[in-house]
Amino acid sequence: MATVTASAPRTLPAALKNRAVAKLALLALAAVVLVPPAVARWASGSWPEALTVDLTQPLTAASDWIIDNRDSHPLFLYFFGHLSNAVVLSVRAVYLALLAIGWAGVTALGAFVAWRVAGVRLALGTAAAFLACGLLDMWLPTMQTLALMAVAVLASVVVGALLGLAAGLSDRMDRALRPVLDTMQVLPAFAYLLPVVLVFGIGVPAAVLATVVYAAPPMARLTALGLRGADKEVLEAVESLGATARQRLLTARIPLARKELLLGLNQTIMMALSMAVIASVIGAGGLGDRVYQALASVDVGAALAAGIPIVLLAVVLDRVTAAAGDGTGERPRAGWPYVLAGAVGLAVAARLLGRADWPEAWTVNIAEPVNRAVDWMTAHLYSGVPVVGGTADWAGRFTTWVLDPLRDGLQWLPWWSVLLVVAALAWLIGTWRTALTAVLAMAAIGVLGVWEPSLDTLSQVIAAVAVTLVLGFATGIAAARSERFERALRPVLDVCQTMPQFVYLIPVVALFGVGRAPAVAAAVVYALPAVVRITARGLRQVDPAALESARSLGATGGQQLRQVQLPLARAALLLAVNQGVVLVLAVVIIGGLVGGGALGYDVVFGLAQGDLATGLVAGAAIVCLGLMLDRVTQPTDRRAKKGA
Amino acid sequence: MRTRTSVMAAVTLLALTTGCGAADMTRQASPFANAQGAKTVTLSVQSWVGAQANVAVAQYLLEHELGYRVDTVQIDEVPAWDALSQGRVDALLEDWGHPEEEQRYVEDKKTIVGAGDLGVTGHIGWYVPTYFAEQHPDVTDWKNLNKYADRFRTPESGGKGQLMDGSPSYVTNDKALVKNLDLDYQVVFAGSEAAQITQIKQFAKEKKPFLTYWYSPQWLFKKVPMTEVKLPEYKEGCDADPEKVACAYPHTPLQKYLNADFAKDGGAAARLLKKFQWTTEDQNEVSLMIAEQKLTPEEAAKKWVDSHESTWKTWLS
Repeated sequence: MATVTASAPRTLPAALKNRAVAKLALLALAAVVLVPPAVARWASGSWPEALTVDLTQPLTAASDWIIDNRDSHPLFLYFFGHLSNAVVLSVRAVYLALLAIGWAGVTALGAFVAWRVAGVRLALGTAAAFLACGLLDMWLPTMQTLALMAVAVLASVVVGALLGLAAGLSDRMDRALRPVLDTMQVLPAFAYLLPVVLVFGIGVPAAVLATVVYAAPPMARLTALGLRGADKEVLEAVESLGATARQRLLTARIPLARKELLLGLNQTIMMALSMAVIASVIGAGGLGDRVYQALASVDVGAALAAGIPIVLLAVVLDRVTAAAGDGTGERPRAGWPYVLAGAVGLAVAARLLGRADWPEAWTVNIAEPVNRAVDWMTAHLYSGVPVVGGTADWAGRFTTWVLDPLRDGLQWLPWWSVLLVVAALAWLIGTWRTALTAVLAMAAIGVLGVWEPSLDTLSQVIAAVAVTLVLGFATGIAAARSERFERALRPVLDVCQTMPQFVYLIPVVALFGVGRAPAVAAAVVYALPAVVRITARGLRQVDPAALESARSLGATGGQQLRQVQLPLARAALLLAVNQGVVLVLAVVIIGGLVGGGALGYDVVFGLAQGDLATGLVAGAAIVCLGLMLDRVTQPTDRRAKKGA
Repeated sequence: MRTRTSVMAAVTLLALTTGCGAADMTRQASPFANAQGAKTVTLSVQSWVGAQANVAVAQYLLEHELGYRVDTVQIDEVPAWDALSQGRVDALLEDWGHPEEEQRYVEDKKTIVGAGDLGVTGHIGWYVPTYFAEQHPDVTDWKNLNKYADRFRTPESGGKGQLMDGSPSYVTNDKALVKNLDLDYQVVFAGSEAAQITQIKQFAKEKKPFLTYWYSPQWLFKKVPMTEVKLPEYKEGCDADPEKVACAYPHTPLQKYLNADFAKDGGAAARLLKKFQWTTEDQNEVSLMIAEQKLTPEEAAKKWVDSHESTWKTWLS
């Protein structure tokens, strides 16, 4: 395979070029036919007024209807009400159970389970993580978050597995579900909090349901993948034994898909955890709420104290479920009964000693030193640094020289030319279907009447993606070349990826001032790890034989990189671009909280004022923007997972 | 068969636990409330520090004097009204005036009841730092603002002067004001109070001029002295049409609101929250401890409670 592609480069670009030219020619033809009448009819640079639909009236009416009927309409009394109650009751049950077994029991149980599925090292790590949560004085919020997570993950897994089962067993379902799952994965979670809140009100039920929307797709996707990938011969063998369809599914296909199912669980947990913080905006409580409250009093130290447990939980859960999926952990002989008995024993012992609650004396205050460090940093870096200038000057220059021209340029472009560019990009990289989706998504933004703010957001995304890619590719290449560098980088990437974005919103303001620049900076920090990882992995997977032959021909390191590694890792690099774009968009939106303006501000405004007309329209525009960006950068064969 | 029985059992259990018939969306406490047999009160905290100070002191007294467990949830005012009506939170201690919500929930639906004045009067306005106002005394009249527009320019304000606004949850007429008063300014939304405070502090550190939407009572005045810019005088009803506003903001006596059921059945906790009333100075004292000295809200509340016994003793009677 590798040798074929290695010799292909000479012929491939030529073929590609011909196809690309043909596509562009067709597009140009379409433009010549369609643009003049459109311009003649709606002469306007920006999206024409005549082609917009104002949704303010119906959306306000809908929102009023929901609030007025929430206590009396059967839809709420017999459906949403029960759903909401069920969520509250189950979260409460888990929370009470966690409190009942106390900190010793929870820590022991976590450690024993980790030991059983993943070995001694992870067991120790798990215990240490739980104890750290207690030491940081975050025990109760951690338990609240765990209770919420347990229910949300369970619901996501059930929903995801059912969808995946349907898609795995029926081709038609698979085709129907694929675009739905695609869309769910591209949506930035911030955009759809408002409608959930309107129906369920502030609080845990809304948070759990929003999390399910966000976290179910990877489970569904991987379940379907696992079921489809089951070994044909094994299935035939089972069939020949006379098993019914259901027996075949339960005894052969599902066990064979175990690895994918566990990977799905892993992805679902990670995404649910990242949602736990965003959901704090709608009153989910727990650790996320502590981060959010600390943000309000501009207390980075306190935000970090609540952010660290989230990072620890994420790393532990990720490693343990990943080890379970690989089946790599050295398995101890002791069975589950012993595990449970051990945990119960410890819990009872702690209870008898009167230590069920985390002892208040055992806490460490990290907020103060952290705040001092942050203050020092901002005091010395903000401005007046000799030669290079302070961070505020950089931010100012970045805004004036990059963001402003980009935004003004995009807003100056006639609307039809934006559509044409989108169509051309999407078609060149994908099929006519992807091009059509992208153009329709972009047109929908115009129809919704938020063309200008959307292009503003788009300009921020483009600038942030450019910075992310430059830094990400450079770091990724370095990581692919040096094993030691990659090992040193790994914990840093873990932290960047799992640390809630809210924690670094304040430091970026302190460094870059209020405006679009800090939003871009936050987005870069968040999206960089994924780009670095995918780039490094892609470069490492380049066939060693191809590299060896290049080396034997006397290619220098730089030549090897440019002429062999990068072209062969093209698919991985494209995937990195795609992931970068999707992740950047998610954070640029949250940048509405630090002066990013545009669509992000509208969503925050909608949430804060309960204004469905502003919030939902902006949310829909973000979704369309996400779809468009995803399609424009989507490599044809895609195995992407959000947050990969 | 076994699966069917367990499904049936699950459905029955769900029906039993959720109550077979209608599910009432107006009565839904937080799942974390009343855990371990303790009586819980859930308070909503708004994103500004003054609101945190109210909640911190109320929480401290509820916990240490009355033996309640207190949960706090951070939400903005408008969603807090909604949460209050549904019983997700029990009290909102500082409301800056939301006539529409008041009509809907207090008058029409009767799910929320007023709980009187907080004792603090709020006022929104435009402010410049005092160090700048002292050098240029005429900047404190809106008529002279255009003269200084270029001094307030930033990269974000696109060639005009920058008027920095805060969180989208705050009451603001600033876009209309800038337009109707013909000012050469661009409203830049900081997006959150935290971002706005951080930026103000950075400006103040360098003694740079700035113009910002701000409000009192606020602890930041103690750190960064600011002088209000005079806008055309406020008259009753001059802000009725949001498009045509051309006058200053009113002075608002801040209000407390309780969930109606909680007000009736909340016992000692509800009585305390109804009587809770303190002064602007009290609130600022606690706010400053939280925001500037970085005490936890609990430590700040304890300090205040220890030194103001006469004030809060009357709330408990």
